[in-house]
Amino acid sequence: MIRAENITKRYADHTALNDVSLHIPKGSLYGLLGPNGAGKTTFLRILNQIIDPDAGQVLLDGRPLQRNDIARIGYLPEERGLYKKMAVGDQSLYLARLKGLSEAEAKKRLVYWFEKLGMETWWDKKIEELSKGMAQKVQFVTTVLHQPEVLIFDEPFSGFDPLAAQQIRAEMLELHRNGTTLLFSTHRMENVEEMCTHIGLINKSRLVLEGSVADVVRSHRTHRYTVAYQTPDGSPLPLEATAPFHVVSDDALPSSDWRTGRSLCVQLTANEGLNHVLSALLPHTDVLEAQESVPSMNDIFIQTVQNAAS
Amino acid sequence: MNPIWIVAQREFLTRVKKRSFLIMTLLGPLFFGLLMVAPALLASLPEGPKKLLVVDHSYLLVGEKGMEDVVYEFLKPTPEALANGKEILESNAEFDGLLYLPPSENNDPDYILKNAKLFSLEDLPISLMAGVEDQLEQKAYEQKLRLEGVDPEVVKRAETNARLTSVLMGDAGEEENSPAEFKMILGLAAGYLIYIFVFLYATQIMRGVIEEKTSRIVEVIISSVKPMQLMLGKITGIAGVGLLQFIIWVGLTAALYAGLSATVLADAFNPEVIAQMQAQPDSGGMAAEVLSALQSINYPLILSAFLFYFLGGYLLYGALFAAVGSAVDAEADTQQFMLPLTLPLILALLVSMRVMDSPDSSLAFWFSMVPFTSPVVMMTRIPFGVPYWELGLSMVLLVLGFLGTTWLASRIYRIGILSYGKKASFKDLWKWIRSDQ
Repeated sequence: MIRAENITKRYADHTALNDVSLHIPKGSLYGLLGPNGAGKTTFLRILNQIIDPDAGQVLLDGRPLQRNDIARIGYLPEERGLYKKMAVGDQSLYLARLKGLSEAEAKKRLVYWFEKLGMETWWDKKIEELSKGMAQKVQFVTTVLHQPEVLIFDEPFSGFDPLAAQQIRAEMLELHRNGTTLLFSTHRMENVEEMCTHIGLINKSRLVLEGSVADVVRSHRTHRYTVAYQTPDGSPLPLEATAPFHVVSDDALPSSDWRTGRSLCVQLTANEGLNHVLSALLPHTDVLEAQESVPSMNDIFIQTVQNAAS
Repeated sequence: MNPIWIVAQREFLTRVKKRSFLIMTLLGPLFFGLLMVAPALLASLPEGPKKLLVVDHSYLLVGEKGMEDVVYEFLKPTPEALANGKEILESNAEFDGLLYLPPSENNDPDYILKNAKLFSLEDLPISLMAGVEDQLEQKAYEQKLRLEGVDPEVVKRAETNARLTSVLMGDAGEEENSPAEFKMILGLAAGYLIYIFVFLYATQIMRGVIEEKTSRIVEVIISSVKPMQLMLGKITGIAGVGLLQFIIWVGLTAALYAGLSATVLADAFNPEVIAQMQAQPDSGGMAAEVLSALQSINYPLILSAFLFYFLGGYLLYGALFAAVGSAVDAEADTQQFMLPLTLPLILALLVSMRVMDSPDSSLAFWFSMVPFTSPVVMMTRIPFGVPYWELGLSMVLLVLGFLGTTWLASRIYRIGILSYGKKASFKDLWKWIRSDQ
């Protein structure tokens, strides 16, 4: 859907983006990750034609981005606000008309969204009369109102109050299910895995990692597994000597756990699997649970950055 | 619909719908009128006449009872009169002062006036002092005439008044009465109004830009419209507000004028009466002159020039004010950038004071050509008559001027609105102007 090719953007005193190329597939929920100051906002501004890149280009459906493509894109910037003294309805209409909607059509859609999010009574209220969470809902509605094919959110979860953030998240997932392409940036890696289909990691103005979440995780597999098993008194099985695999650790379950047993961490080779562990354990003990230890996005990010540095 | 137009619509409607706009628009002319009349009204507030004790050893004020706002009460000019008078003044609140005119051996008026004193417990109004001084001067003058053996009555009869009617001979040979004082007032008022209008509405642009920046809505908007379009829309919308307000003011004034001339001034504006008054050399000469001047002015030219120079000046400065607004985070930070913008405007006002005296000087010419000062200075000149080529050149330069400042401002604006936190310097602005993005 969107393809960025060799985007470079320099400011007077630093380079914000250095030869960044990435691909946001149609219908994906794309997470653009990276620490503060990595260049995420600059990239999103370039996609929205707020600023132009010094080099490189952005392709939308295979052809260079044009001015009237703004009607196909919805953008909620990190620095987001509304006119404090303007009524909610008036300013929602205004923003919708700027995106190219007719007044009648905008009104119709606003009524739909206001009903959906329980905002029916807000129409004549001024923004300064609303709470922060309420204002954030209005911002969300005005961003999605013109039914853009691509939605771009800059740090959508920071600054939102938790309840509103939860609701926004649910709406984002629904939009994604309905086929909208979503792109959002965040510097917090938690929960990104469950939500995104694709991710891109930006660090110090360079793209360091990109792909579908499945591919990224697969390529960062460590073949490490954790297995919880039961022992009557909590003492370990004598695995070290006999087991056909490398034991990384074998600790008592944490005291908070209601079961008595041990948590075993093992390292396998690429062509071994969980069965390999289970078949060795099952004759001697009851297995309580077993799973592959998948590195979190945060781990992957730190590892990638460290690898790049060394 | 063109996004500039949508932005302009919002800027216009949100301002026009405000109650303050309605109040300002309806009460504005009244307010300005009051502002002009108030000092006169205050000055004419009736106040009880002041009472002065007079110790007149030289009999200069003999027979005088005082003036409009002063009542004299004479004490017998005995040697102790001054001391007695001071005592009375201190003990008796009825009297406001003690006027002392010393004795003079040979009745020399100069000596008397040089040594005359006015005692009081509190400061007396300057107008009262001046009134008493005038009267003393008049009395001394008459005294001197008498000493020279001349009857003051004779002198009074010999006094005459000269009043020149200045007549401008136009190219076509027509002659035009040209009461310079009135043109001066009109020109200065027009120039001053332009100054106020430009300031008022350009500041509104700046406030609007700062509002959008501090409320953080600006990035939302420029993901839909170009920064340049947002800026132009804002400038256009607020210009609409200014024009609407101006038109209502002109309309109200015209209605007020029509209403007044139909009733109170009906006589005054009757040409026959004016002619009559002009025929009488003394009584109504001045008033009649003003009235005929009022009618001899080319109002359509002045009004349309006013509109043009207001719009031109507003656009020129408005764009720059928008740039200033974009470069700061709060209105308090605007001062360093405002100075270079307000200086030319204030300079224009100062120059227009000089221009009133000599509307065709080279000072007047140059300042009415430079776009930064021409709106104010040219408006001051127009009532005196300006050659059409000068007017045309000045207008063209003004148009070029605002195209230039708009271009410059948009370069600052597009970067300024996205710059938060850091306080921009002139160096930063220069960098923004030159940078590609």
